[in-house]
Amino acid sequence: MSERSFDAAKLRRRVRCQCVFLALAAALCVIVVLNINIGSVPIPVREIARILFLRAGDPVQLSIIWKIRLPRIAMAALLGGALSLSGFLLQTFFGNPIAGPFVLGISSGAKMVVALAMIYFLERLGSVSSWVLILAAFAGALLSMGFILLFSRRLKHMAALLVAGIMIGYICSAATDFVVTFAEDSDIVNLHGWSLGSFSGMSWDNVAVAAAVVGAAAALVFCMAKPIGAYQLGENYARSMGVNVRAFRVGLILLSSVLSACVTAFAGPISFVGIAVPHLTKRFLNSSKPLIVIPATFLCGAVFCMLCDLIARTAFAPTELNISTVTSVFGAPVVIAMMLRRQRER
Amino acid sequence: MARYYFEARRLAVGYNGAPLIRDITIDVEPGEIVTLIGPNGSGKSTILKSVTRQLRAVAGAVYIGGDELRALSYRELARRQAVVLTERMRPELMTCRDVVAAGRYPYTGRLGLLTPEDEAKVDEAMEAVHAREIAGRDFNEVSDGQRQRVLLARAICQEPEIIVLDEPTSYLDIRHKLELLGILRRMAKERGITVLMSLHEIDLAQKVSDRILCVKGERISHCGAPEEIFREEWIRELYELDGGTYDPRFGSVELPRIEGEPRALVLSNCGTGIPVYRRLQREGIPFCAGVLCKNDVDCQLARLLAVRVIEVEPFRPLDDGAVERAKDWVRRCARVIDAGVTIGPENARIGEVLELAEALGKLERW
Repeated sequence: MSERSFDAAKLRRRVRCQCVFLALAAALCVIVVLNINIGSVPIPVREIARILFLRAGDPVQLSIIWKIRLPRIAMAALLGGALSLSGFLLQTFFGNPIAGPFVLGISSGAKMVVALAMIYFLERLGSVSSWVLILAAFAGALLSMGFILLFSRRLKHMAALLVAGIMIGYICSAATDFVVTFAEDSDIVNLHGWSLGSFSGMSWDNVAVAAAVVGAAAALVFCMAKPIGAYQLGENYARSMGVNVRAFRVGLILLSSVLSACVTAFAGPISFVGIAVPHLTKRFLNSSKPLIVIPATFLCGAVFCMLCDLIARTAFAPTELNISTVTSVFGAPVVIAMMLRRQRER
Repeated sequence: MARYYFEARRLAVGYNGAPLIRDITIDVEPGEIVTLIGPNGSGKSTILKSVTRQLRAVAGAVYIGGDELRALSYRELARRQAVVLTERMRPELMTCRDVVAAGRYPYTGRLGLLTPEDEAKVDEAMEAVHAREIAGRDFNEVSDGQRQRVLLARAICQEPEIIVLDEPTSYLDIRHKLELLGILRRMAKERGITVLMSLHEIDLAQKVSDRILCVKGERISHCGAPEEIFREEWIRELYELDGGTYDPRFGSVELPRIEGEPRALVLSNCGTGIPVYRRLQREGIPFCAGVLCKNDVDCQLARLLAVRVIEVEPFRPLDDGAVERAKDWVRRCARVIDAGVTIGPENARIGEVLELAEALGKLERW
């Protein structure tokens, strides 16, 4: 390959990368507008602009948008991004393309501890703050993660590790079901909806807390782009290039746990986003450079979750679907396609 | 300034604090190529892992450029030492150039962005291993030989003063083995990069290395220049060769000779006998060889493969004794093979041996 054609290849890569970001940004805008527009009370696009930018218009519509739809959209975007990023980190950590917070049982662990905390605090205090839920979820995520790490020392095989994760997930779900069954009636409705996963009923307060946690964690992940890139060549190469592998691994574990814990605390466990989105993003970019994959994954996750939430809300309105129902329908085929493709490449 | 770039002092290595090999003392001068040889599982990789800080040394110390290994920061060590490992790497969606560029890690800033100088160094490293034309290919799709060259380019790109390679020539065909070792030799001699590696191919180790370390049992059994190390008996002992032999002159390995009462006599000289020896060896026929001057290339191999060799001093006419012994074997063997003997004034009497074989109806010409 001559000097010129190589530069051309580099240019092609850059253009592709910019196109992907532009497309994702455009998709984000379109889906936000669609999400505001569609619902039990349809709001025309012209009205949306007025309400959003001038805060003027029909008071009912104004309050639907500002109090119900916008916080829900913001939350779907934030948590979708967080979940995808968490999946990306776990895949890097285990060197396993089908690792993710849901399949490794991390979401279920978080769910279990959050359910316990909810029941405990609702009984005693009648309310529970977002921070407590996040802390509980984080504790649960770390608990599952601890077991996974324990197994991963013995189970070198990638499929065995996933089976272990799925089993942990089942155990945690069983424990959750158990406590839900024996909880007070009034809590059950609330808990039951949440434990299946949903973005409904979000307030601006929730959004603020989630934004703070996810924003901080995502920024830290972005700062770790360089060692993540080295780690993609394998642990030993990373060490030989000057990565403090031990500290790096601890950082990865903590950040991915925080991200998936935050999602579980607010929206319950959501399946497949963590595996499908990072994979799709890398294919779109045709690159695995963390410096561009990290922001693109976050964006793509946000778009994906908003789209799924839109479908969950509207497909069988007025009945709302669980968010996991929709993400599974879209996410599972992506995962299967990815595995078939890898098999072929072998 | 120390004379040695790399030193190991009474180093003990092993897993979980249990020493596998003790008392390793190595001194390597800048630009030297030092090769570890030894049987599978002797601990070559364990030593290499310990001097690259992948494994904690059980006891003793390693100095790189005068500083203790443990005292160096990660970044400082990465700027002095680069590695090529045996483990298979399967990075996702990375081109060969991306893999090479990863070697700039210890020099780039917080986000790992490459400056134009970094890019130039990446290109230079790829040039050094003749891998420019595969720069844009996906790393998982190139051949083993290309992959190994790319990994070497990655190490070179790290601008180290010492490169540690664990069996870099495994999986490579003979051409790529030679190419890779040639590049290493050039790096060492032109840029003064110190090379520490393990090799399975003792013939190549003998030719490429400045110094050889034999790893066996609990310690380094021998250490020295290839000329000192490559002796038949040491190699035999190191690898515990029960059958087969190692020829230190050519660095070649031979299967064990077929023992038994000779059934054929091979008459040859000037290398014409070698294919015949090998063929008889494969067919499992014990044979004797003659009449060979001690400086004949046939003689070297005949000593390893033939049951009996009729040897004579070079540059002298054949004496009665040698001719009689040859005639004796003609009578005793069922077959006499003329592999193409060149006859000159000094060995004119070989004609008598051939005539006798002809007369007995045993002569075959190959």
